[in-house]
Amino acid sequence: MDDESPGVPGFRTWRGIYLFVFGCFVVVVVLLALFSRVFA
Amino acid sequence: MNLTDWVVLLSTMLGIAAYGTWQTRHSSHLDTYLKGNASTRWGTIGLSVMATQASAITFLSIPGQGFESGIGFVQNYFGLPLALIIVCAVFLPIYRRLGVYTAYEFLGRRFDAKTRLLGAGLFLVQRGLASGVTIYAPAIILSTVLGWRLDLTILFTGSLVIIYTVTGGSEAVSLTQKWQMGVIFGGMATAFVILLAKLPEGLGFGGAAHIAGAMGKLQAVDFSVDPSKRYTLWTGLLGGLFLSLSYFGTDQSQVQRYIGGASLREGRLGLMFNALLKIPMQFFILLLGALVFVFYQFERPPVFFNQAEWRRLAHGTDAGKFRALEADHAAARAEAQTKIQAWLRARTRDDTLLESAARTAMLDSQRRVEAVRTQAKAAITAADPRAKTKDSDYVFITFILTQLPHGLIGLLVAVMIAAALGSKASELNALGTTTTIDFWRHFRPLTAHDEARNIRVAKWFTALWGVCAIGFALFAGFAENLIEAINILGSIFYGVVLGVFLVAFFLKRVGGTAVFFSALASQTLVIVGYFTLSIGYLWYNLIGCAVCVVFSVFLQTLLGPTTKTEGTR
Repeated sequence: MDDESPGVPGFRTWRGIYLFVFGCFVVVVVLLALFSRVFA
Repeated sequence: MNLTDWVVLLSTMLGIAAYGTWQTRHSSHLDTYLKGNASTRWGTIGLSVMATQASAITFLSIPGQGFESGIGFVQNYFGLPLALIIVCAVFLPIYRRLGVYTAYEFLGRRFDAKTRLLGAGLFLVQRGLASGVTIYAPAIILSTVLGWRLDLTILFTGSLVIIYTVTGGSEAVSLTQKWQMGVIFGGMATAFVILLAKLPEGLGFGGAAHIAGAMGKLQAVDFSVDPSKRYTLWTGLLGGLFLSLSYFGTDQSQVQRYIGGASLREGRLGLMFNALLKIPMQFFILLLGALVFVFYQFERPPVFFNQAEWRRLAHGTDAGKFRALEADHAAARAEAQTKIQAWLRARTRDDTLLESAARTAMLDSQRRVEAVRTQAKAAITAADPRAKTKDSDYVFITFILTQLPHGLIGLLVAVMIAAALGSKASELNALGTTTTIDFWRHFRPLTAHDEARNIRVAKWFTALWGVCAIGFALFAGFAENLIEAINILGSIFYGVVLGVFLVAFFLKRVGGTAVFFSALASQTLVIVGYFTLSIGYLWYNLIGCAVCVVFSVFLQTLLGPTTKTEGTR
């Protein structure tokens, strides 16, 4: 059951999905830090 | 609110409740009643998880937080995506493979009956006590601002949620939450657009953001390692991770939202949907509050946003003092507005010294406004020592009622009530399910195959918890600092429960007896620590969890290897 394909275009494994979500989280934190700096 | 607002409010709320009740009226399978429809897709699961977490307080208090302290609170959610990845990769596949109805049923399979009852018992104590607050907290704000009777507001919202949760169970909860989230997204986006349109001509989003930033409201990420600071990147990552892991992984009100569904894939995608959207959503709500702050730099705000309380005291014996404070506030506000406009002009002149001096003058004038507000709060306390001086919860609802056109006021009040109903429904559903599966059915194993009787019992327990919640909410008005007390209660229990689950998932050699007595010992230690130490209560999430895990390993080492009957199943 753990090996079930995510069925999301561009992703073959769940590990890929988790890495993508983690990457998005890092990008969001960086963007928030930039936002703080731009409008400080 | 006028007739149009009432029509929008009642038709939205009653329409969604009636739709959920009607669609699920024939729910006759225990699986569907407790876990939701087996064909539920990830979008519905994701929205349901989101609606469960987003209570009415999210939409009343968080804009107020943005208004008062800025958007730094968003860091509180930084641990959430990481926790959801762990829940997806470890917790969810095991829950689905075992086909459990509750998270505590898993503890029974992994350890033994006593550990299962302990986990379920801790959940019922904590959620049961908190259940009144989720109705009471928004009701007290809405009834104060709108002039509704508090008891009728509690009875109306409480009864509505009981009807559709009892009738359709988990399926009705998910179905109504999907539409409630639609109303919430639509209402908040509309409020945002209208707020931007109401800013002074030529200012726009960029200008407003620069003002908010200069006033210190847009510090989203704080890299400071100062432990006295409440919201930093580090507290958000560490504290937020433990809090979210405990909440999403072990709290039945969340587990019940994602263990059903068409497949493991749908549950996982629903959780990843939240991992991606939660931080931007909270940022957006906080930003709305920061922009409301800018809006009130150009419009005359009340000196104290809980106007009902202000008017009550201003007509008392100290009427002259309150009028003088209003005049001082108006004068300070007028001066602050002049200084802001001077700073905006200075920014366009490419003169750093001039801009810096204008910024200093603007911040000084803002401090004078805040000083008058502090005096006003002191005057309130002097007039009535029992009066609450925290008015940030009233900021956004005041903006809605005074600035939005009729019709949209009804829609935004519907947003608040929809959020209250959504989180309440999950809570009742989880309390009813846990009581039925982990207690009633556990002590009456022969009834396990009587599906119709199980559903009847689950309905009765759900209704009973709903009635308890209403009763508690009606009584809660007598208690001081109740919301904080419930948060403390949660932090005291959450850590230990998470510790038990982490042992279950990751420490295969630890058995039921070791984890059960370790949980009791660490829970006692946390309670003793709470009454004797003076540390922030959020730390008890981490302490309870860590102590429970360490004690379990230590005790298992003393007891020796687990046996087949007691150990890792």
